[in-house]
Amino acid sequence: MADKIGVYFDEASLGGVLDIQKLVEGVQRKWGDLCPVVKIHPHLSSAEGRAMIQADIDAGAINAVCACGSSPRVEWEFYQFGPEILVDRVNLRELCTLCYNDPCGEPVVAGQTPELLQKMATDYVNMGIVKLQKANVPDGDMVEAVKHVLVIGGGWSGLTAALDVAKAGYAVTLVEKQDSLGGAAVGMYKTIPLRHPYDKAQNTGVEKKIADVQASDKIDVLLKSEIVSIAGAPGAYDVTLKVAGEERSLAIGSVVIATGWVPQETSYLKPLGYGKLKNVVTSREFEAMAKAGNIVRATDGEKPARVMFLLGFGDTLAPFAVKEEEARAAALAAADTKTKDEDEGPKTNFVKQDTYKHLLYSAELTSLTALKQANYVREFMPQGMAFVVYEHMMVPGINELYYKAAQNDPGVMMTKGVVNAVRDGGDGDIVVVLTDTLLGEKIELEVDMLVLPTAMVPTTALDPILKLQYRQGPAMPDLELFSGYADSNYICFPYETRRTGIYAAGAVRQPMTLATAEVDAAGAALKAVQCLESANRGMAVHPRSGDLSFPKFNLVRCTQCKRCTEECPFGALDEDEKGNPMPNTSRCRRCGTCMGACPERVISFDNYNVDQIGSMIKQVDVPDDMAVGGPRMLILACENDAYPALDMAALRGKKWSPYVRIVPVRCLGSVNTIWIADAMSKGTDGCLLLGCKYGEDYQCHFVKGSELCNRRMANIGETLGKLGIETERVQQLQVAIDEYDKVPAMIDKFVDDITKLGPNPFKGY
Amino acid sequence: MASNSILVIGGGFAGLTAALEAAELGHEVFIIEKTPFLGGRVMQLNKYFPKLCPPSCGLEIQYQRIKNNPNVKFFTLAEVVKVEGSVGNYDVSVRIAPRYAGPGSPDLSALCENLDAEVENEFEFGLCTRKPVYMDAPFAFPQRYVVDKASLTDADKALVQDCAYLDLTDEEKTIQLNVGSIVIATGWKPYDVTNLTNLGAGAVKNCISNMQMERLASPFGPTDGKILRPSDGGMPKKIAFVQCAGSRDENHLSFCSYICCMASLKQAQYIREQYPDAEVTIYYIDLRTPGRYDNFAQKVLADEKVFAVKGKVAAVEQDKAGDDVWVTVEDAVSGTKSVERFDLVVLATGMQPSLAGTSLPIDIPVDAEGFIVGGEEKGIFAAGCAKQPLDVMKSAQSATGAAMKAIQTVRGR
Repeated sequence: MADKIGVYFDEASLGGVLDIQKLVEGVQRKWGDLCPVVKIHPHLSSAEGRAMIQADIDAGAINAVCACGSSPRVEWEFYQFGPEILVDRVNLRELCTLCYNDPCGEPVVAGQTPELLQKMATDYVNMGIVKLQKANVPDGDMVEAVKHVLVIGGGWSGLTAALDVAKAGYAVTLVEKQDSLGGAAVGMYKTIPLRHPYDKAQNTGVEKKIADVQASDKIDVLLKSEIVSIAGAPGAYDVTLKVAGEERSLAIGSVVIATGWVPQETSYLKPLGYGKLKNVVTSREFEAMAKAGNIVRATDGEKPARVMFLLGFGDTLAPFAVKEEEARAAALAAADTKTKDEDEGPKTNFVKQDTYKHLLYSAELTSLTALKQANYVREFMPQGMAFVVYEHMMVPGINELYYKAAQNDPGVMMTKGVVNAVRDGGDGDIVVVLTDTLLGEKIELEVDMLVLPTAMVPTTALDPILKLQYRQGPAMPDLELFSGYADSNYICFPYETRRTGIYAAGAVRQPMTLATAEVDAAGAALKAVQCLESANRGMAVHPRSGDLSFPKFNLVRCTQCKRCTEECPFGALDEDEKGNPMPNTSRCRRCGTCMGACPERVISFDNYNVDQIGSMIKQVDVPDDMAVGGPRMLILACENDAYPALDMAALRGKKWSPYVRIVPVRCLGSVNTIWIADAMSKGTDGCLLLGCKYGEDYQCHFVKGSELCNRRMANIGETLGKLGIETERVQQLQVAIDEYDKVPAMIDKFVDDITKLGPNPFKGY
Repeated sequence: MASNSILVIGGGFAGLTAALEAAELGHEVFIIEKTPFLGGRVMQLNKYFPKLCPPSCGLEIQYQRIKNNPNVKFFTLAEVVKVEGSVGNYDVSVRIAPRYAGPGSPDLSALCENLDAEVENEFEFGLCTRKPVYMDAPFAFPQRYVVDKASLTDADKALVQDCAYLDLTDEEKTIQLNVGSIVIATGWKPYDVTNLTNLGAGAVKNCISNMQMERLASPFGPTDGKILRPSDGGMPKKIAFVQCAGSRDENHLSFCSYICCMASLKQAQYIREQYPDAEVTIYYIDLRTPGRYDNFAQKVLADEKVFAVKGKVAAVEQDKAGDDVWVTVEDAVSGTKSVERFDLVVLATGMQPSLAGTSLPIDIPVDAEGFIVGGEEKGIFAAGCAKQPLDVMKSAQSATGAAMKAIQTVRGR
């Protein structure tokens, strides 16, 4: 516990605006022995300033540092004193002096500190001291991690991931459902180019990968195997498998899911003659024929001389596909109700994502495959002719080079175009009517075979696969958002999902080429290894990487309301049979959403807790008479986005009301409503919560924090209403990190609105 | 001696990702960044597609990770000048140019305002000027000024010399690092529009590049986020996007730059959000919106004022009498040519690898375009757009994969 706090003021960053001497005296008077060292340094963020603090630490005079000056976001390198010394940086530059907007419009003159500004600084210094007083050095919840990675799926991505994990020095168990390794790659005659110069289809080389896996003494391959269940947490998963019919359990540290894709149901392709005209095949079927070395027509066993690869559907497919999709969903729902009526099985978070849109999402792969297979036509039938009809040749990036190479073959005819109709041409031939082509407005082409694209449906769209024994269900959450892909909603952090320790690789994450999947698998393998090592060190993984603090539960006072277990965005909490939360620290990302959810306030972090923030709020000196001292409002700001935006606003010369006090929080999800209730009951006139955008394109780094906070606001409104306090006094606003030019006006508007309401009726009680 | 450390060349998004992912697995990493700040190209972007979220959001997390991880060491204004040794044991010389500022991050905005010199602002692609003591962006990292000494006037020099945080006597230095593996994440540069003679070669006043559009739309850009015509500051009502400006063209870049279709769709959104009456036309060869980006494309194209026209732009010319821009388009299907007038034209200029026309002092194979196409057996791995054109998400993926390869290299010996 911090009981000897050194308080340091940086003259350089406070620029003569504040009466620092008065702040020093204030600290000494108010805090006495708690703050045995109170010093002013002309330039604290410097080697000399740092050395001064270090000397006080070394002398045993202090065990915590409260540095008052610039924002904690800058000059960090001068304020790190090892894991045992708690540090708080009181942001008196950006969030106090720079942003100070004098209510009378008077400019701030050096040496003449406005009283309101000095009061603000005093509040912030006191808040910083109490924040340290109520904090402990976090100790970390070490897991003796099992250094063994489970890779689910023995296809291209799974094989690669297994080899990558093994090469990094860890043991792997590779689980494959089929009786042989290789997955979809084994069925490929060739693949589009894997490397420079990207101009020729080539062998996949999957046989070598399989051989390497089989030869590795670090990789244990289990064929004809499936996941029965995964329980536990990163570093300590307890996995049950069914291996050739027999159950087996396995201790695992982390998981790579590389279960790939399955071809889409062909029923979506009916309008294009599939199923009716025998020589209309899918690209998957065509690939199999090439692999078998025998591309022939089903009707007569003849080699097709004219083959069309159709990628342009225009409006032909969608209306039918939508109807088909609806019919399938209805059938599924009907089947579902039946089973539900029959038995009240355990709740699941899995929702099947059966949509024809997988065809649209697969456009890059279907385009590349058409180019590749057009070349098969030329290889197998040298006198043959291949037609590729497309709306958008979806070959972004480097694969343009392959497209270009494919165009050089005079026997491959490519045209933009959209299918209008597909008819029986007699004798097994097919007539395709096209519009909008480079060959003419409307043309008819008779071909011997028509090849339709095979959409790649991620296996996770159809089955939970992981079978997690988590309170929140067996599957990856948010599958609806991703149409069934086990993908991330982050652009910057493509491996981060809501299930710590489980990383998706390859086509189960996004439709991708073998070349991309190879890189992707290496990335997922790294994340898996990194996660179990972090668990081993008791550290959080992304985004609070390296954080040793973790939520602690005082279960004696728990009322089993289950809010924490339901709301944790990462499914970190399970429940015992009585409904008590069972924490799994290595699944936890340390956002504090559980702490925010808990009505009994039994959840705390060593260095971030309900009492701490509550005590900070109590340090705000609220004048009894608003007419004399002005109103006071509390701002709880997300430290990842809203807080930096405020910093930037101040540095860009923006100013805002001096009546607000800003408290950074880990995430709005961690905001416990007691803080707001406490603030309001002591006369604070309003509370503003600044957090990230929520909804489909959420920007919350903890996925659900700002959204959950918003839901809780409804309850707060109710409580306030009962107390006779206007509900507008508490508001949540969404602020992106780059809205620094907007946030001052948002604050000022809030302050104006609240001021118009008049004083908080509780003031002075 | 074999080293467990990893060198990352380039401090853009791919470099940061590779470095952090390796560091969080316990490896010491060194990031070498040529410019004064980390963040690279994404710092210049207003929003990412398809979520339209700000790049500084993810960068802020990356910088937090750097601050909290003693395994990460970064050097700005730094260039690798020599690499000796072999896989597992490379001695690297890094030259660090003087910053003439720091340590510490004082607020020098008052000083900067008093300086005389105005220098062409490269970060803003010449859309405005900057002072000779500057930071590129509000979220510049490190949050520390840099002095462009050569551009200081004598009066400026006097002011700078009086400032306690600036030191004009700061000198170039060279440091030595020993590493086991190297990740090259040198990224990309926008293709030089002056090569595009038929598209105005950068001389048509109201014809800008897509990266300039990012700056115009950025809240900290030259217009504080208002999309205005460079010639007169007017609000554009009719805007054209010219896709494949340099890409997919044997005379320029033979490859497809991956991001431009999505970028133009995104920028069409910027315009439509600011100007409810504006019309946007996108001239394209193929709209390449792979994977679930299809959803974004559908959403943008559902706007009745956004038009996508299959057609190759043959010419972009300035109006003889005014500032408007004439675009000659060849319809891809009918083959007919038409000419249309626009207030503003955006060239969807492609990405060229940063190594095009230059090289690193490292013996690795590079293709004719400047992409790295090998080096793995030497424990040298390319990440992100140094290897092939990619978007941010795929760059992060590529960088994580490259970090894994680097780790295997240093661990395997």
